[in-house]
Amino acid sequence: MRRLLMLIAVLALVAAACGDSSSTTSGDTSGGTEAPATEAPVTEAPVSGIQAAADACTLGETDGNLNLYNWTEYIPTGSLAEEFEVTDLLAAFEEEHGVSVVLTEYDDNETMLAQIDAGVGYDVVVPSDYMVSIMKDAGLLVKLNPSAVPNLSNIAAEFTDLPYDPGNQYSAPYQWGTTGIGYAYGTIDDEEGVSWGVIFDPEMSADNAGFISLLDDERETMGAALIYLGYSINSTDEAEVDEAAALIKETKDRLAAFSSAGYWDLLTSGETVVSQGWNGDFLAAYDEASTDDYDAYEDFGYAIPTEGAAAWVDTIAVPSTAEHPCSAQTFINFILDGFNGGELTNYNYYASPNAAAEEFIYPEILEDPSIYPLPEVLDRLEFFEDLGDFGTYYADAFSAAKS
Amino acid sequence: MTVQQAGGRRSRMDRWLSFNGWFVFAFLYLPILVVIVFSFSGAANVGIWGGFSLRWYERMAGNEQLIKTLENTLWVALWSTIIATVFGTAAALALDRYRKWISRGAFDAILYMPVIIPDVTMAVMLLLWFTQIGLPLGRLSIVLAHIAFNISFVAIVVRSRLAHMDPSMEEAAADLYASRWQAFRRVTLPLIMPGVLGGALLALTLSLDDVVITSFVQGPGSTTLPVHVFGLIRRSVTPEINAVSTLMVTASMILVFASLAIQRRGQN
Repeated sequence: MRRLLMLIAVLALVAAACGDSSSTTSGDTSGGTEAPATEAPVTEAPVSGIQAAADACTLGETDGNLNLYNWTEYIPTGSLAEEFEVTDLLAAFEEEHGVSVVLTEYDDNETMLAQIDAGVGYDVVVPSDYMVSIMKDAGLLVKLNPSAVPNLSNIAAEFTDLPYDPGNQYSAPYQWGTTGIGYAYGTIDDEEGVSWGVIFDPEMSADNAGFISLLDDERETMGAALIYLGYSINSTDEAEVDEAAALIKETKDRLAAFSSAGYWDLLTSGETVVSQGWNGDFLAAYDEASTDDYDAYEDFGYAIPTEGAAAWVDTIAVPSTAEHPCSAQTFINFILDGFNGGELTNYNYYASPNAAAEEFIYPEILEDPSIYPLPEVLDRLEFFEDLGDFGTYYADAFSAAKS
Repeated sequence: MTVQQAGGRRSRMDRWLSFNGWFVFAFLYLPILVVIVFSFSGAANVGIWGGFSLRWYERMAGNEQLIKTLENTLWVALWSTIIATVFGTAAALALDRYRKWISRGAFDAILYMPVIIPDVTMAVMLLLWFTQIGLPLGRLSIVLAHIAFNISFVAIVVRSRLAHMDPSMEEAAADLYASRWQAFRRVTLPLIMPGVLGGALLALTLSLDDVVITSFVQGPGSTTLPVHVFGLIRRSVTPEINAVSTLMVTASMILVFASLAIQRRGQN
């Protein structure tokens, strides 16, 4: 759309320039050739044989330079590592194992999936939980070889048997966080914890009507409603899902927005006072809103609701398109090292699923309950599962509730 | 009396128009000005003035990943613009010249496809195409993808210029014994130059800020600046982005002024 507008603008300019006739300038033009045809052929099945190669890797073995495909600035390296005063993990890996790391960035699970699906040869990717199930089912992930990745044993017990990948056979957790409520202090009752009722209960939310936002995400938004109603976020009971959709429909009148991006700005700018969202986003927004003389943390908080909440995990895995499966597994083992895992969290400010990392994490991060939930809260967290075909039932129910 | 009245009205009209001109300029450029001003702010937050400082430029210059993406962006933009301008202009000439060609209508429609199909569709098609023909993804694949969408834009702009061109000019050149090449080089090309330059600048701009297609067809180590910046914004915005934007705006201003200067010199 934007391109179309620009084209129109330029056409107008060129038409306006038609009056003046300019003469010679440099420029060579040669014979006409056509634009390359862009037919979309069907993808071929991924080659397997990579699994055998991965199984044969030994501890610390490298088989070439590592192509790392990660989210933007999700690993400390270069000047940013210096600025955060943490170890440059890529440089450290290069030094320790004598291979270089080529970093490529993405900002969306689906973009990453499309590239792997098309067969692009990245050695290590960082898919989120639900994407692990999708990729695993599509045969796009390589099974990790525990003898090449012994640090898998560093993973905290809570993260070893999650529904997207039981037993961490295909992936190792990288960072994790929660979906809860960000709010302005004084607008809700948080004396004894925050309830999802501040959004879903007509009486509790009456005072804040018009200043509430929910995520615009069929699983997350419906998940919050399901939790409030006492069901599982992975419910496959049509009646329960319908009930959650009805609840969202009722709540809609009190909402300022359904927003999955930018809702944090709505909160810090005062356009909302209660907002469903991801913990990392809220903390980043509070940091951003703070200045030398103003501390946004005094005005805003984040809570994991008392009824429970959804949790997410980003993982690190080897795609079936990897060209250097041994370097890849050596890198995963390197990331799962206690010290390196700690540095990762000290840089990202997301919680670490690595039990051995804890002693290396800054105390202010470990003690922050919005990053590291208290043990009793931990029990109330639930992870999203891929629901297969039932997922469309959620999508339909949610879009019906919104309209 | 009537003359005077008309004159008075005209000058009021002129004043109004010039006011409108300034208003449009302000509307377009004030946001850019804000970005430029805040890129020199010492504060750690976007949009808060913290005294004059070059810290974000220093930080940018020291950020290897960012510099690398900038390098990739410029490399891709330069080559895709040059190649797309050549092919796009040629395509426009071919379509304009051979009006009797039966399949011209179909070819026309195909050429304009990239303008209307959504970015994501184009991105997935290109990605599949590149992997099917076994082209290793990287800067080369990004350049090819940008050429693929830019050719259409250049062709459309050049054709709009050609449509206003009097065909008798070329015929006159031929009458004066100019070879076909000479007629093109001395008559046609100078006449369509504003279109070619306009198309090239459009291609450059589109290439410089493409996110969707680039993020699909990129390969190891070839992340471009817009893809990087887009990823950053999903997490948090630092004034470093202001510094990068200022640099990009300055660079494109220089380009625009350069192209204007070239055109003006040509006229004299």
